[in-house]
Amino acid sequence: MAQIALKEIAHSYIANPKDESDYALKRIHSEWEDGGAYALLGPSGCGKTTLLNVISGLLTPSQGRVFYDGNDVTGLPPEKRNIAQVFQFPVLYDTMSVFNNLAFPLRNRGIQESEVKKRVLEVAEILELTPFLKKRAAGLTADAKQKISLGRGLVRSDVAAILFDEPLTVIDPHLKWHLRRKLKEVHDQLKLTLIYVTHDQVEALTFADQVMVMYEGELVQSGTPQELYESPQHKFVGFFIGSPGMNFLTCTLEGNTARVDGAGIMLDDEVAALGQKAQGKLELGIRPMFLEVHAQSVEGSIPARVKAVADQGSFKILTIDLAGHTLRARLTEGQAVPQNEAWLRFPTRWTKLFAGGRLVSK
Amino acid sequence: MGLTLQNVDKLVGREIHLKDINLEFEPGSRNVLLGHTLAGKTSLLRIMAGIDRPTHGKILIDGQDVTGVSVRKRSVAMVYQQFINYPSLTVYKNIASPLKVSGAPKAEIDRRVRETAEMLHIEDLLDRLPAELSGGQQQRIAIARALVKDAQLLLLDEPLVNLDYKLREELRSELQEIFQRRKAIVIYTTTEPAEALMLGGKVVVIDEGRVLQTGLTPEVYHNPKTIRVAEVFSDPPINYLEGIVQDGTAILGRDIVIPLKWHMNALSPGKYIFGVRSNHLFLTSHNEDDAEFRASVELAEINGSETLIHIKHDTTKLVVLEEGIHSRRIGSEVLIYVNPCCFFVYDEAGTLVASPSRSTIEGRLKPA
Amino acid sequence: MEKWENNKAWFLVLPVFIIVAFSSILPIMTVVNYSIQDIWGPGQSIFVGTEWYEEMLADHRLHDALWRQFLFSGLVLLIEMPLGILLALAMPKRGWGVSASLVTMSLPLLIPWNTIGTIWIIFTRPDIGLFGAAVNQLVEFDHTARPLDAWITLMLMEVWHWTPLVTLLAYAGLRAIPEAYYQAAKIDGASTWSTFWYIQLPKMRGVLTIAFLLRFMDSFLIYAEPFVLTGGGPGNSTTFLSIYLVKIALLQFDLGPGGAFSLIYFVIVLLFSYMFYQALQRVGKGEKV
Repeated sequence: MAQIALKEIAHSYIANPKDESDYALKRIHSEWEDGGAYALLGPSGCGKTTLLNVISGLLTPSQGRVFYDGNDVTGLPPEKRNIAQVFQFPVLYDTMSVFNNLAFPLRNRGIQESEVKKRVLEVAEILELTPFLKKRAAGLTADAKQKISLGRGLVRSDVAAILFDEPLTVIDPHLKWHLRRKLKEVHDQLKLTLIYVTHDQVEALTFADQVMVMYEGELVQSGTPQELYESPQHKFVGFFIGSPGMNFLTCTLEGNTARVDGAGIMLDDEVAALGQKAQGKLELGIRPMFLEVHAQSVEGSIPARVKAVADQGSFKILTIDLAGHTLRARLTEGQAVPQNEAWLRFPTRWTKLFAGGRLVSK
Repeated sequence: MGLTLQNVDKLVGREIHLKDINLEFEPGSRNVLLGHTLAGKTSLLRIMAGIDRPTHGKILIDGQDVTGVSVRKRSVAMVYQQFINYPSLTVYKNIASPLKVSGAPKAEIDRRVRETAEMLHIEDLLDRLPAELSGGQQQRIAIARALVKDAQLLLLDEPLVNLDYKLREELRSELQEIFQRRKAIVIYTTTEPAEALMLGGKVVVIDEGRVLQTGLTPEVYHNPKTIRVAEVFSDPPINYLEGIVQDGTAILGRDIVIPLKWHMNALSPGKYIFGVRSNHLFLTSHNEDDAEFRASVELAEINGSETLIHIKHDTTKLVVLEEGIHSRRIGSEVLIYVNPCCFFVYDEAGTLVASPSRSTIEGRLKPA
Repeated sequence: MEKWENNKAWFLVLPVFIIVAFSSILPIMTVVNYSIQDIWGPGQSIFVGTEWYEEMLADHRLHDALWRQFLFSGLVLLIEMPLGILLALAMPKRGWGVSASLVTMSLPLLIPWNTIGTIWIIFTRPDIGLFGAAVNQLVEFDHTARPLDAWITLMLMEVWHWTPLVTLLAYAGLRAIPEAYYQAAKIDGASTWSTFWYIQLPKMRGVLTIAFLLRFMDSFLIYAEPFVLTGGGPGNSTTFLSIYLVKIALLQFDLGPGGAFSLIYFVIVLLFSYMFYQALQRVGKGEKV
């Protein structure tokens, strides 16, 4: 097991990169603790697979160094880094039994057969593969196969980290949560460093203690699922996480009030002060869940118009027009649904200010 | 008059794919076929399109029997799960293809292609080839091709299932608006309750080749006639607790005691199954008559803006939906609150006996 | 996907049926017809039943040719399969070398069969052939006089001509293995041999089955090469089934026995191909990717 440090990593697939856009990874600087469950989350083409390959050693970055427990491993290939990897689709030795599949990495390292047996049985027990040990791996279901791929990493006592590259892609939806749970359990039990790459927010947020959100080759935020939801550091995080995503309104500042085409929204004093000095386009952001919608005017509310109400069963999504801007609000069951006229309140705590796409914060 | 299916059966070999389907769809209506995978949604769609012929029964369009009429002679457009486009044709030509086949004049084709492309926000991509585009854009082309010819019957077979969730969210709300303006019968299949609710209109709940319930979508959602309908129409899955009614109270599971109030006050003694949706189990108390019970956390799944907490009470597995994103440790203990007003009550055969009143629920769950 | 029943569809298959009838079914039926009659002139024949079959099955020259044939095919497969796989493994996986080696490998396959015989006759001639003359410096070598030399020459010809087919098929099979398998093997610490044995070979099973069957059938039906080289000699040493068949049917004009022989030959090829196919299906049965 290992602590992993990425120091000033940048990578370009082009031989002589000229500007920013030629880089698939733009300056990634991050430290990953030993035994942590991490997820790399982002849309396709954001650079998450490139970063995974840099960590695993399949790719040597154009710039920067990779450290495992303080040792520079930048130039080392995967097999010298003691990592294990679970791929998008199950990678198995078809002709071998499940037992032999799990034993393979140990036997290759010349470990004694009695020890091999002990380790394989232990891991099979954790992964609930014991009944299949004698079966040929090729005949099993996709989820069992993925567990075997994972098991080949778990049997080794020397693994620095296990990397997952969208490992649930081929798993039936109703079996996914079972595997997610298994992964969580394995992590709790064995305290391994796990790194999980996905474009699916449910998988990332459910799996990881720390989620790294990537966007256009940048690591835009790293934090717990709750932090990403409640205080997105970047507009993209606000948009990508949450359903529907965060509302954004272009604004100007007047003291501690944000002006949105005539409507005035109160901001936190400090944030407003910082916003005055910030560079780039100013935007106000609020999650649909935190936007208060009232049928009557209440203190500090501003008038708006309800355009549509979508009943989602357990909640309602309101589409609201505020001074020509469209906003969405999420109303829980039991909350009164205003017709036409509505009064909006932007709680200061949940009203964020973004400058040039980045959060303005204290 | 619209589309009518009369006593439609579909057998393949000895396997029953569809049984006793009787449905009617009106022009301009939005309809969702909701059911799990392999429920028979696609088989039904193919029969409506005229791609397959039913084993028994009739298909009527405006009262005319069209059962044997080939798909080419019907006014049908279809969108599939896979992004199906002509790979060698530009986006423009792809969208224009159904109009070309029907021999529309050039100016007319041009006008309609541009209009439809604009509706789906792909007007800047008209000169590109499908392979150069993202999955979301490819599916937009396929949808545009289906919309352009103004068919009487517009069929969509889980069109968003292969898209990433953000794209799905975006297209779903756009489609909903597009369908509202159509004169055609729109029939849309999905496995997802949220998608059915978003599209609104009417819903047909299908399971194992049979129609279980039809009606206005929110209505069916709030009054599922059988346990099976409730299962198909709940995501996360609806929670069940077996219970016994006696001496004016109900005992759920091992020891959850709830008073027989409101819709349950007329329940006669006996065994029942109590269903409650995950959004009606809470981690905080709302009312003094809430029942409470302990459970241990099996997994917290985080889904968009909510956390689904999988819990175990005694031997029963349940799911609690919590607003917002919160991490929970596996194995930790939680106290769960549930109000008696929220239970669906089914008899042992799985038929609805009492369903909660929406207004009672809304009144009692009013935020402080 | 299910389809509507439509009887008109049968008409679409009709042209193919007619072509197959003229190209395969009718000729075979003609042969069957010959094999049960004694023909001694146009319109002059009598029905003899299974007589020709009995005669041919008892013919010891046919037995000899059959064993020779099996030995030949066996040797061919034993050499060409491993050699073909080895060459495929050695071929470059990217860069300009890919097309260069593909073209080189395809060359022998593009040359007409009888030309190959001629090329090798000259090549191995002790007097003017480069190979023959060179070998004769060391040991006596003459494929026209010594049966073993004739066999060696034939094997060389066959291996040179057809190993590339196995190589190309195996190469296609290798290329179809996703990169992730190699990565996983490396991570698991597998040796080159283990990688070959547990990943490459099982994943090539499909194409190798096809290669094996093609090579078996082709080598079992070999005609042009021994015919051009020695005409079946020296003695009867390279008289394989096809050569013997031609001798009976065309040179001696024994249409009846020739017909019976053809059908026996046909049945043997069919039977063995089927048996090999079944056996190969069972070996290392796993899923295909």
